[in-house]
Amino acid sequence: MSVDSRGRMLLAALVALVLTVLPLPAWLDPFRPAFLVLTVLFWSVYAPRTGGVAFGFFAGLALDVFQGPILGEHALALSLVSYLAVREHQRIRSKPAFQQALIVLPALVVYEFVLFAIDGWSGHPVTSPLRWVHTVTGALVWPPAAAILAYGAGRA
Amino acid sequence: MAAFGTVPGRPLQGRGGSPGFRFTVYALLSVVAMYLDQRQHYIDQVRYVLQAAAYPIQLAVNSPPAAWAWLRETFATRQALEAENRRLRASERELQLRSMRYEALERENGELRGLATAVPPVADRWLPAEIVSIQLSSLRQRLLVDRGALNGVFKGQAVLDEHGLIGQTTHVGPWSAEVILITDPEHAVPVRVERTGLRTIAVGAADTTSLALPYLPANADVQRGDLLVTSGLGGVFPEGYPVARVTEVHRDAVQPLAQVRAAPLARVDTDSEVMLVWFRPDHPAAPATPTAATPGGGSLGQLRQGNVAMQPQAAKPRPTTSAAEPSAPAAGSDAPARPASSGNSPPAAPPETAGPSDTSAANASPSDAPASGTPAPKGQP
Repeated sequence: MSVDSRGRMLLAALVALVLTVLPLPAWLDPFRPAFLVLTVLFWSVYAPRTGGVAFGFFAGLALDVFQGPILGEHALALSLVSYLAVREHQRIRSKPAFQQALIVLPALVVYEFVLFAIDGWSGHPVTSPLRWVHTVTGALVWPPAAAILAYGAGRA
Repeated sequence: MAAFGTVPGRPLQGRGGSPGFRFTVYALLSVVAMYLDQRQHYIDQVRYVLQAAAYPIQLAVNSPPAAWAWLRETFATRQALEAENRRLRASERELQLRSMRYEALERENGELRGLATAVPPVADRWLPAEIVSIQLSSLRQRLLVDRGALNGVFKGQAVLDEHGLIGQTTHVGPWSAEVILITDPEHAVPVRVERTGLRTIAVGAADTTSLALPYLPANADVQRGDLLVTSGLGGVFPEGYPVARVTEVHRDAVQPLAQVRAAPLARVDTDSEVMLVWFRPDHPAAPATPTAATPGGGSLGQLRQGNVAMQPQAAKPRPTTSAAEPSAPAAGSDAPARPASSGNSPPAAPPETAGPSDTSAANASPSDAPASGTPAPKGQP
């Protein structure tokens, strides 16, 4: 909302983006959680006025530039996920961290499914089951990631 | 829990409408962007700008490894440098000797082909480019190199190293370009088996170190150790550049297609530099149709063209043989092939599209076979 919290949000997004594009060994890469998606989820749940759909859209656009086959793919998926998170933010926020992780898992599956569908429609089908692995690791790292993001947001 | 970022009294949809409305707007925006990017290539300019904006972050992400490499180079001992120098000198001498012989061979080849003068090499210009970052997951295999449109790099340009083909450029920014590797699952490169001249398509397999040749019939003449070179079809790569070596040929009695794997010759994981190549467009070995490649663009266009190039070969011969010479032996030799090829719908596009034309040929031949096929047994003995 304020300039300060918006700055913190953008900083968190930048760090998440760097973690997303950081080179990893090939065997480890499918396990890398979608850090930027987790960041968008966090800010949509805990600060829906600062974060929200617009933040999701632009974060997704950044992902498209770095690793999208077509522009707008991650943007659509992330706006959808952040919209769902904003709509349900009060319900999600009141849950303990590990229950939140159980909610984050389907959110990540929705995100990956949108990517999967658009990949297929646009003629870049990648049907390897490995693409779904990050949804599980993402849900697993949600409790510590949310704690770190909360610390970064200045409310721990 | 305190509602962080929200003031409890104020409604959420203060500015810019409700989340649902905002989502609709942004979703529409994304869909429009995807449509324009996919169908029209209108937003290549936008991509170009975004690619430029992303480059600093990509450089920053890669800076620790780059700094480490720089440190190591700076503090390399005199001995190590001398050893490297000696090694390079020896290899240069060897290469010069080899290229001397190569020029003589090329002239001889030109004379044998009846050309008045030797044809200049197909590669017109080379530009070394440094690898900024490597993405080598099983789903996406891309390189980022530090040369872009300002150096004359264009979309769909061939990228090589000293051992073989690496890939082609997909997105070009002003200072950087993204290269899709031939091992990427989305990439397909038209190749020729060097020993036999057999043409096929090598697609990236789901792991980082191999290519698959999914469209070879089980009786194709392929062996372990065969060299695959570019065939010059598809309009991106010129003819005759080494691509991969066949590592594994697996023939299954129930499978109509052979399972062939090949290992790429280029060593992306150890390279720090790659070569961007410009080709003479009027050269005989140049990519077949450079104009046809650009509208499709990138890997997708090439993939489609490659498949189209495969289809006539798979589908054509059968209708002509059944129509032109409807004798009993020909129909008999044709018959065992039919269930095999109509049963192979699983393995992707070419066999599947070959299916319908195949069944029409199968429908046509029963009416043909009794009419002209019955006299044949009488005439033959």
